[in-house]
Amino acid sequence: MLDAGAEGYTTEDGRKIGGVLMEMKNITLRFGGVEAIKDISFDIREGEIRAIIGPNGAGKSSMLNVISGFYVPQQGEVWFRGEKRPQMKPYQVAAQGIARTFQNIALFEGMSVLDNIMTGRLTHMDAGIAAQALWWGKAQREEVANRAKVERVIDFLEIQHIRKTPVARLPYGLKKRVELARALAAEPMLLLLDEPMAGMNVEEKEDMSRFILDVNDEFGTTIALIEHDMGVVMDLSDRVVVMDYGKKIGDGTPDEVRSNQDVIDAYLGVAHD
Amino acid sequence: MLYREAGDFSSTYEKDGQTFPIKFDRWGYYVLLAVAFLVVPFLINDYWANAVFVPFLIYAIAALGLNILTGYCGQVSLGTGGFMAVGAYACYKLMTSFPDVSIFFHVLIAGGITAGVGVIFGLPSLRIKGFYLAVATLAAQFFLVWLFNKVPWFYNYSASGQISSPERTVFGIIVTGPNTDAWAKYMFCLIIAVLLAWIARNLTRGAVGRKWMAIRDMDIAAEIIGVNPLKAKLSAFAVSSFFIGVAGALFFSVYLGAVEVGEAFGIQKSFLVLFMIIIGGLGSIFGSFAGAAFMVLLPVLLKNILVGQLGWATDLAAHIEFMIVGGLIIGFLIMEPHGLAQLWRLAKEKLRLWPFPH
Repeated sequence: MLDAGAEGYTTEDGRKIGGVLMEMKNITLRFGGVEAIKDISFDIREGEIRAIIGPNGAGKSSMLNVISGFYVPQQGEVWFRGEKRPQMKPYQVAAQGIARTFQNIALFEGMSVLDNIMTGRLTHMDAGIAAQALWWGKAQREEVANRAKVERVIDFLEIQHIRKTPVARLPYGLKKRVELARALAAEPMLLLLDEPMAGMNVEEKEDMSRFILDVNDEFGTTIALIEHDMGVVMDLSDRVVVMDYGKKIGDGTPDEVRSNQDVIDAYLGVAHD
Repeated sequence: MLYREAGDFSSTYEKDGQTFPIKFDRWGYYVLLAVAFLVVPFLINDYWANAVFVPFLIYAIAALGLNILTGYCGQVSLGTGGFMAVGAYACYKLMTSFPDVSIFFHVLIAGGITAGVGVIFGLPSLRIKGFYLAVATLAAQFFLVWLFNKVPWFYNYSASGQISSPERTVFGIIVTGPNTDAWAKYMFCLIIAVLLAWIARNLTRGAVGRKWMAIRDMDIAAEIIGVNPLKAKLSAFAVSSFFIGVAGALFFSVYLGAVEVGEAFGIQKSFLVLFMIIIGGLGSIFGSFAGAAFMVLLPVLLKNILVGQLGWATDLAAHIEFMIVGGLIIGFLIMEPHGLAQLWRLAKEKLRLWPFPH
């Protein structure tokens, strides 16, 4: 068992992982009579890549929606940076430094790539509407400063050539990358990725994996991701939570999870003999 | 040939974000503005001012306002006529209560009052969307018209129930009332229209515009990346109503002079302005002007051709005119559902490659 004490741990490849950034304590989420999440607890540590896996309908996306404040759990507590989080609206969660991408791309189709990524900076912009109306002072300075940050993200994800293209014209793989760019532009402390590789070919998956590792490495961003491609998950992540039917059935390093009997049963089925 | 950005490199983000990145475009607009400010006022007469320029400019302001709400923020509104009435009546009350203040401020304050009213009627947008919101704003339309008919205080207890604009000046120049010169009306509307168009452009290219568009394109995603939907929608209602209120104030004080609320600001006005932005192009400043021009100029043009050139009877021409305008609107929407602004955009994209498209 890997030693995940309060002060953190060191991964196999020698990266130093810090203390607890986010902790979910006994989360239960119901939709009417359906229990989507049943009493789940786990933590996400500073600087780590944390995966949430499980068969379809296991409650992974619901869990991500709880983290980003879109669903309010009936029971349980969410702790972020050592403090219990009060009930919040999603935009307040975003302002705290949590950004995410979506399973089905949720870009703003009517806007250009640049404008889409600039929306990621909205939580960092607070010039008054009067200054913006006159394009004066703070509004203009802010626009230029944030554009510079966005350009760094554009460089980083290698999408300079489509900067001014309307998003609706882009192919699927690039849209996924633009969505990642929008989340990254927010400079989040915690980045949530909901199936970043869904529907991609091998090459695109490799690119996306490289970007995820680079983000974690260069910006020190903590990442929590949901993914179905087991090869990708096992390669990328430091620790893995496994869910099935709303319950947590495994938690640990990829190797531990792989040899966990419950996990094997959930994925391969149980022999009835 | 001339129309392209080749060799025109933006070296700063300010330059890259400017309104007309292509030099030829930029100069084109400067020339247009110069003509509008320096040439037209000397040539204009009463007919051109009252039939063409003044209504065009006023409707363009109203269309800009509705376009901010519907085109940029995605909230459908059928309350435009009602909000214009708020602007008109606010302006009337201000003009009669504070006769010494410049009408310029009256118009802007009337816009501010309309913004407040717009925010109140925008509150349902937090819960309801699309057609249902359109119905809610329809309630605003009927309620406001009813209110201005019912409460005599709004029309200063005049016997006819009408409001008529007294003579008021800006820097000593008469801009309202029966003794106004054509050029003064035109210049007053032009200055306000250009100012508001510039403000609309600034708002829509910056942070608040992105918030509006994010709400329009996908409101749930917008909220999750940090847009407060309450603030974004209500600010769109406020700004939009400000524009529409200013348009209403000008429509009453400068253009018509005397107004009966149900007639001037009825539901057909709401539809007219909505047609303007649909034909002009949703989510486009240029489209607001193009749509206003289309809806104002086309009837005038047709009337001139049918009655003036062909010598048809006026009543026959008026009915044929309805049919032609209606047919053209349908034809336009089938050919280019995104409006005149999209046609313009495509033309510009082709122009940039012309004459060597390969």
